[in-house]
Amino acid sequence: MPRALPYLLLLPATLFLVVFFLYPFVNVAWDSVTRGGEMTLANYQRMASHWKFPTAFWNTLLLAGIVVPIQLAMALTMASIVTKLQKGRSTLLYIFAIPLGISDLAAGLIWLAIFEQSGFLNSMLYGLGVIERPILFLSYQNTWVILLAIVLAEVWRATAIMMVILVAGMGLIPKEYGEAAEVFGASRWQRFTRVTLPMLKPSLQTALILRVILAFEVFAVVVALGGTQFPVLMSETYQWQFTMQDRGVAAAYAMVILGISVAFTLVILRLLHVPKEARI
Amino acid sequence: MAEIRIKGVAKDFGTFTALHDVDLTIADREFMVLLGASGCGKTTLLRIIAGLETATKGEVWIGDRRVDQLPPRERGIAMVFQNYAVFPHLTVFENIAFGLRMKRMPQAEVTRRVTRTAELMHIEQLLKRYSGQLSGGQRQRVAVARALAMEPEVILMDEPLSNLDALLRLEMRAELKGVLAGSNTTTIYVTHDQVEAMSLADRISVMNGGKIVQAAGPVEVYRNPAARFVGSFIGNPPMNFLSASPAGAGQWQVGGQVFAGPEAPAAEFAIRPEDLHPSDTGLPAEVRVVEPLGPHTLVTATVAGQPFRAVIDSTLVPRPGDVLHLAPMADRIRWFNPETQKAL
Ligand SMILES: Nc1ncnc2c1ncn2[C@@H]1O[C@H](COP(=O)(O)OP(=O)(O)O)[C@@H](O)[C@H]1O
Ligand SMILES: [Mg+2]
Repeated sequence: MPRALPYLLLLPATLFLVVFFLYPFVNVAWDSVTRGGEMTLANYQRMASHWKFPTAFWNTLLLAGIVVPIQLAMALTMASIVTKLQKGRSTLLYIFAIPLGISDLAAGLIWLAIFEQSGFLNSMLYGLGVIERPILFLSYQNTWVILLAIVLAEVWRATAIMMVILVAGMGLIPKEYGEAAEVFGASRWQRFTRVTLPMLKPSLQTALILRVILAFEVFAVVVALGGTQFPVLMSETYQWQFTMQDRGVAAAYAMVILGISVAFTLVILRLLHVPKEARI
Repeated sequence: MAEIRIKGVAKDFGTFTALHDVDLTIADREFMVLLGASGCGKTTLLRIIAGLETATKGEVWIGDRRVDQLPPRERGIAMVFQNYAVFPHLTVFENIAFGLRMKRMPQAEVTRRVTRTAELMHIEQLLKRYSGQLSGGQRQRVAVARALAMEPEVILMDEPLSNLDALLRLEMRAELKGVLAGSNTTTIYVTHDQVEAMSLADRISVMNGGKIVQAAGPVEVYRNPAARFVGSFIGNPPMNFLSASPAGAGQWQVGGQVFAGPEAPAAEFAIRPEDLHPSDTGLPAEVRVVEPLGPHTLVTATVAGQPFRAVIDSTLVPRPGDVLHLAPMADRIRWFNPETQKAL
C-alpha cells in the first residue's frame, strides 16, 4: 500500500488536469486540423495567408524580445540588491510584488490612463507648457509609441515574478562561494558573472521559461493600449474566435502559440542546462 | 616579508562583543594556530584579517602595509574555508586556476602552477572532475591547492580538517605541515582541536571569550600556562587545580601537605596529571574510577574533596576506594592567582 499511496494522493489532481486541460487541449488541436469534420490544413493556410498573421507573429516575438531581456536585467539587479539587504528585505519584496496582484487588463488600463489623449502624461506636459494641445500618443501613426507603452506596462507588471524567483535562487547559493571568489581576487562584477550567474542557472531557467511563455500569451495589456493597432497572436486568436466566429483558425493560432512556447522552452532548457555533477 | 600585526582589534555584533582589543604579531613564515573553544571568536578574527569582516576598531598590518581598509583581493592572502567552498560549477583545474585567472595570468603559467600544486596535493588525476564527484578529503585537497597556487604571502585556514574523519585528518595534518613548511607563506590556522594545534604550530594563540589569553610555543603553552584557562583547556586530561591555604611566607598547604610557592595573598595549586608519581608521602587521593589505557592508567580521584586526575604507570592497579599517595614533581608545580586566574 505505501507504494501506491503517493499515486493515489495525486490521482484527483491528475484527473482534474485530464478532464479540464488535456481534453480541451486535444479538442483544440483537433479543431485546428479539421474543417467540417474532415482532416485538412485549410485552417493553417487561411491563418497564414491573412495579411495580419505575419504582423501578429513578428509583433509577438518583437515584444517578447524587448520585454524579457529588460525584465531579466532588472530582475537580476533588483534580486542582487534585495539579497544583500540586512533589513527591510521582506517589506521591499512586498512592494515590488504589488503589480503582481493586479490583473493584466487593469495594468493595461492604468497605463492607458497615463498615455491617452486626456491622460496624465498629456495633462502634465500641457500643465508644464511643453505642449500646446494634447497629443494623440496611441494612434495608428505612432505604432512605436504603442509599442513603448506596452513594453512599459509589461515591464511594470511582470518583472516582480522573475525577481521573486531569482531572490529565492540567490538565497540557495551558500555565502562562502562569493567570499572565496572575493578572496581569490574577483571584483564585484566578476563575482556576479563567474559565481552568481552560473550557480543561478536553475532559477534562471524557471524564471525565463515562465516569463517567455507569458510574453507569448500577452493579450489584455496590448488590447487596452493598442486596440487593433498592434495585433499579436493572442489578440488575433480572440478576433477569429469571437469576431469572425471561426473556431478552426482560432485553434490554429492557439497551436502556433503553443508551438513557439514549446520551442523556446526547449532552447532555454538546453542553454541553461547544468550537468548533474556540476550542481550545488 | 609578510609579518602580520594585529593592533587593538575589536569586533562588536550589535551589543555582543566577539573580540576585545586583540593584539598579536605573527612573524614572517610563522605557522600560527588560533586555538579555542567554539564561539570564542577565532573565525571572526580570521575573517577580519582576510577582509571578509570589518573590525569595529583596531588595525591590521601585513608586511609594511596597513590593510584593514583594503578589499580582500588587495591583501596578498589566500584562504582555505571550513566547508572548502570549492566551486561546484568549475572543474578541479578551473577551481585551482580561479585566482590566477582573476590576475589574468598567461595560460602557460596557469597550467604550470595548477599542475605543480595539484601534484603537491596528490590530486593530479582529478583535474577534470567537478566538486560533486569528489570525496570530502579530495575537496579539502583542492581547496588547499587553490590557495597554494596563488603563491600568497599569507594563507588563512579556518578549521580546514574539521569535516574529515579521524584517520584522514591525521594524514592530512602531516601532509599540510610538510607542504606549508616547504612554502614561504605565513600561515594562520584556526582550530578547536588542541592536538592539531600542538602538532602543527610554531606558536599557539589560545583564545577565550574574544581575547587572546596566551601566545607561545606549543610546549610553553602546555608547560607554563599563562592563565588557569589555558591549563584547563590544553591537555587531555587537563591540569589539576587544588585550593591552597597560606602556611607561612612562601609556604602553602595543599591537601594536607606543605609546598613552597609564591609569596602572594592567595594562590591556587596546579599540577598536570602525568607529573605525579606514587609515593608514601604524596597527596592523599581517594580513588573513584580507574581506566587502564595500555601504556598507562588514568585514575580519577578526589584530593581534599576536590576532583583530581593522575596518569600513572600501568603496573600499578589501584581499585576504587583505595587511597593513593601521589607526589607532584616539584619543578612541574604551577601557581595561579585565584582572583585574576593568571599565573603567579
Ligand atoms: N555575523 C554575526 N552576527 C552576530 N554574531 C556573530 C556573527 N558572527 C559571529 N558571531 C558571534 O561571535 C562569536 C564568535 O564567533 P566565531 O568567531 O565564529 O567563533 P569561533 O570561530 O571561535 O567558533 C560567537 O558567539 C558568534 O555567535
Ligand atoms: Mg569558527
